[in-house]
Amino acid sequence: MSQPARIPLRDEFNSRARDALGDAQLRRNFRGAMDSLMEKRAAAFSDADERERLRTLGNHIRARALSRLPDLLEQLESNLTANGIQVHWAETTEQANRIVLDIAERRQARQVIKGKSMVSEEMDMNHVLADHGIECLESDMGEYIIQLDHEKPSHIIMPAIHKNADQVARLFERELGEPYTRDVNELIQTGRRILRQKFFDADIGVSGVNFAVAETGTLVLVENEGNGRMSTTVPKVHIAVTGIEKVVAHLRDVVPLLSLLTRSALGQPITTYINMISRPRQAGERDGPEEVHLVLLDNGRSQAFADGELRQTLNCIRCGACMNHCPVYTRVGGHTYGEVYPGPIGAIITPHLVGLDKVPDHPSASSLCGACGEVCPVRIPIPSLLRRLREENVSRPDPGHAVMRGQGSKYSALESTVWKLWRTLYTRPLLYRLFRFFATRLRALTPSRLGPWTEHRGAPKPAARSLHELARKHLEQSR
Amino acid sequence: MSAKARILDKLRHSLAGTEALPDDFDETLVTEPWRYPPEQRMARLRELMEAVRTEIHLTDQTRWPALLADLLAKKQLTRLLIAPRTDHGRQLSEHWQHRSDAPALHAYDRPVEEWKHELFHDTPASLTGTVGAIAATGSLILCPDRHEPRLMSLVPPVHFALLRASTIHDNLYEAQRALNWRAGMPTNALLISGPSKTADIEQVLAYGAHGPKDLVVLILEDA
Repeated sequence: MSQPARIPLRDEFNSRARDALGDAQLRRNFRGAMDSLMEKRAAAFSDADERERLRTLGNHIRARALSRLPDLLEQLESNLTANGIQVHWAETTEQANRIVLDIAERRQARQVIKGKSMVSEEMDMNHVLADHGIECLESDMGEYIIQLDHEKPSHIIMPAIHKNADQVARLFERELGEPYTRDVNELIQTGRRILRQKFFDADIGVSGVNFAVAETGTLVLVENEGNGRMSTTVPKVHIAVTGIEKVVAHLRDVVPLLSLLTRSALGQPITTYINMISRPRQAGERDGPEEVHLVLLDNGRSQAFADGELRQTLNCIRCGACMNHCPVYTRVGGHTYGEVYPGPIGAIITPHLVGLDKVPDHPSASSLCGACGEVCPVRIPIPSLLRRLREENVSRPDPGHAVMRGQGSKYSALESTVWKLWRTLYTRPLLYRLFRFFATRLRALTPSRLGPWTEHRGAPKPAARSLHELARKHLEQSR
Repeated sequence: MSAKARILDKLRHSLAGTEALPDDFDETLVTEPWRYPPEQRMARLRELMEAVRTEIHLTDQTRWPALLADLLAKKQLTRLLIAPRTDHGRQLSEHWQHRSDAPALHAYDRPVEEWKHELFHDTPASLTGTVGAIAATGSLILCPDRHEPRLMSLVPPVHFALLRASTIHDNLYEAQRALNWRAGMPTNALLISGPSKTADIEQVLAYGAHGPKDLVVLILEDA
C-alpha cells in the first residue's frame, strides 16, 4: 500500500460544519443510518422499566470500578501477568506507540493487522507504524473502507457510515481495481477475500478491549465480523491497546454491561462474537498467539479522573448511542469534529485527550436537548458535562490549580466585565431601578448590531416602560 | 519514576480521602427477565439464532453422524475438519468408517503453522463441540482447547457445532456460574451467536464477513 496522505484535522469546526450541512448526500447517509440505529435501540429495550434499572446498574458498576481504579489496575496487571499476558503502561500516545514499535522490532514484524480499536486511532498507530516501514492494515470492514480512502472514522461503531454503497463501489474500483458493483454482499466478499490473505500474512494482530476483568485477568472483545477473533488468534503476537478506564472488578459485572452495550449500540441482544482472552497459546495448544500484550494508555484520562464531576466521562463503554441520538451529530456528521471521538461523547472526552484549547467549539456543538444523557447506558450526565466544559472554556485557571489542560481559551475580559456588571446591577435594588429607568428611557441608543447574534435575528431592545411601571400605572388607573 | 508509577500516583492522589463505592450488584436484573421454563429454553435459543441465519437441526446422540453426512452432501462439502481426540471426533470417525459415501475427514492434529495454507485455502467446513449455550441471547459457548483449537470455529466457511440440549443455560450470568469461570477462565472462551456478519456499508446486513458464512447447529436432545 502507498503511504497514506495525512489529513489536516484540527481546523475550524464551524467551517467544516457549514460544508457538511451543504452536502446533501452526506446528510442523507447520516440521517438514514441514525434513524435506523435509534429505531433498533428502542426495539431492543422494549421494557422501559428494565432498561432504566439496567442503566442504573451499569452506572453503579462503572462508578464502583472507577472508585477503586488504581487498585483494580494493579489487580488486573497481576492476574494478567500470572496468566502469561504482558502488561505495559503508557502515559502518552508516543509512549504507547514506542511500546508497540519495540515489540514489532523485536519480532521483526513487517505486517500488522488491526481489529477495531479506537485507542489505536488516538495513537494514530497506522501512520506511526508506516513511518517505520511496517504496514498496519485495518480489518474491520468499515475501518478498511475508510483507510483505503485515507479518511478517519466518522462514527465509533460504524466508521464508514458517511459513505453509501455507490461511494464504496467507486472506491473499490479505483483503489483495488475491482469491477464496479453496488451489491453490498459482493462488496463485503471483496473485503473478505483481500483481508483473509492479510490475516494469513500478518506478523502481529492489534485489537482494542471492551472490558478488562480484574478478578480473572481476562480481556473481553465484542464484535460481529470475526476480524477481532482473526486478529487476536492467527498472528503469532497479539497486542491489545486500551484506556486505563476500561477495567471492571468482576466477571459478573460484564453481564449487564454487555447487554447495555450491544443493545444501545446496534439494537442486538448480543453481537456474533464475544471473545474472552485470558492467556496466550499454552503448551500443547495448536493455535493462538505465542505472545499477548496489553498496553494501558492514560492520554489525559487521569486528568478527567481528578475531578469528581468530569470523572463520569470515564464511565463510557463506547456504544455510540449518544451520537445516534444527537441532532447536531446527525446533521454535521463525524468528520466535522475533526478528532477521533465525534458526537456528544467526543465533545466531553476529547478536551482531556488533546487539551480544551484545541477543541474549544466542541462543548458548544450541542443544543443541550438532553437526548445523549437520556440514552447513555451508563448514565453519564453528558449535558451537564458539556455545560461544565463551556464554563472551563471561559474560566482562567487558578495558578497551580488548573482543572484541565487548555482551559480558559475562550476567556474575554470584555465579556467577563459585562457579566460582572450585570451581576452587580441585579443584586443591588437601587442600582437596578436606576438602570431600569435609563434603559427604558434611552432605548433608542441600544446597539442594533451585536455580532453573530444579529446575523439572523433582530437586536433585543428594552421596552419603553418596565413591567413594574406598567403595573403601577394600571393599578393607579383602576383605583 | 515509571509510567505505571506516575499513572497510579495521579489516580491515588485524585482519590485521596474518598472511599470505594459499595458493591450493590443486583443479580435479579440479569437473571429474572431472562428465565425460561425448560420446555421453552430450546425454542428461545432457536428463535434468536435463526433470526440471524443460523441453521438448526434436532437430532440425538446416535443419529447425528448420519445427519451430518446428509447435510454435507446436500451442501456439496467434500471435506470436513474435525478434532480427532474429542469424543465427537472419535464417534464421527468410527461411524463414517462404515460409509463409503461420507466426505473426507481432516484432523486438526498439528500446530497451525504446519498446515496454515491448507486451513485457509482448502478447508471448506469444520465440526466442533460446545460447552453449552445461552437461551437469553441465542449464543453457543465454546472453550477451544488443545484438542479442539480456536481457529476451527473461525476460518472454515461452514461451521457445524454440536450442542447438547441439557447444556442450554437461561442467561450468561447463570452460565458463568455453572462453568465456574470465576475460579479460572479457559485460555479462550467464546460466545458465538450466528455466522459472521457486518452492517458496515449502508447498514445493510451481509453475512460471511470474516468468519464462517454459515453456522449449522445440531442439537442433541438429551434432556
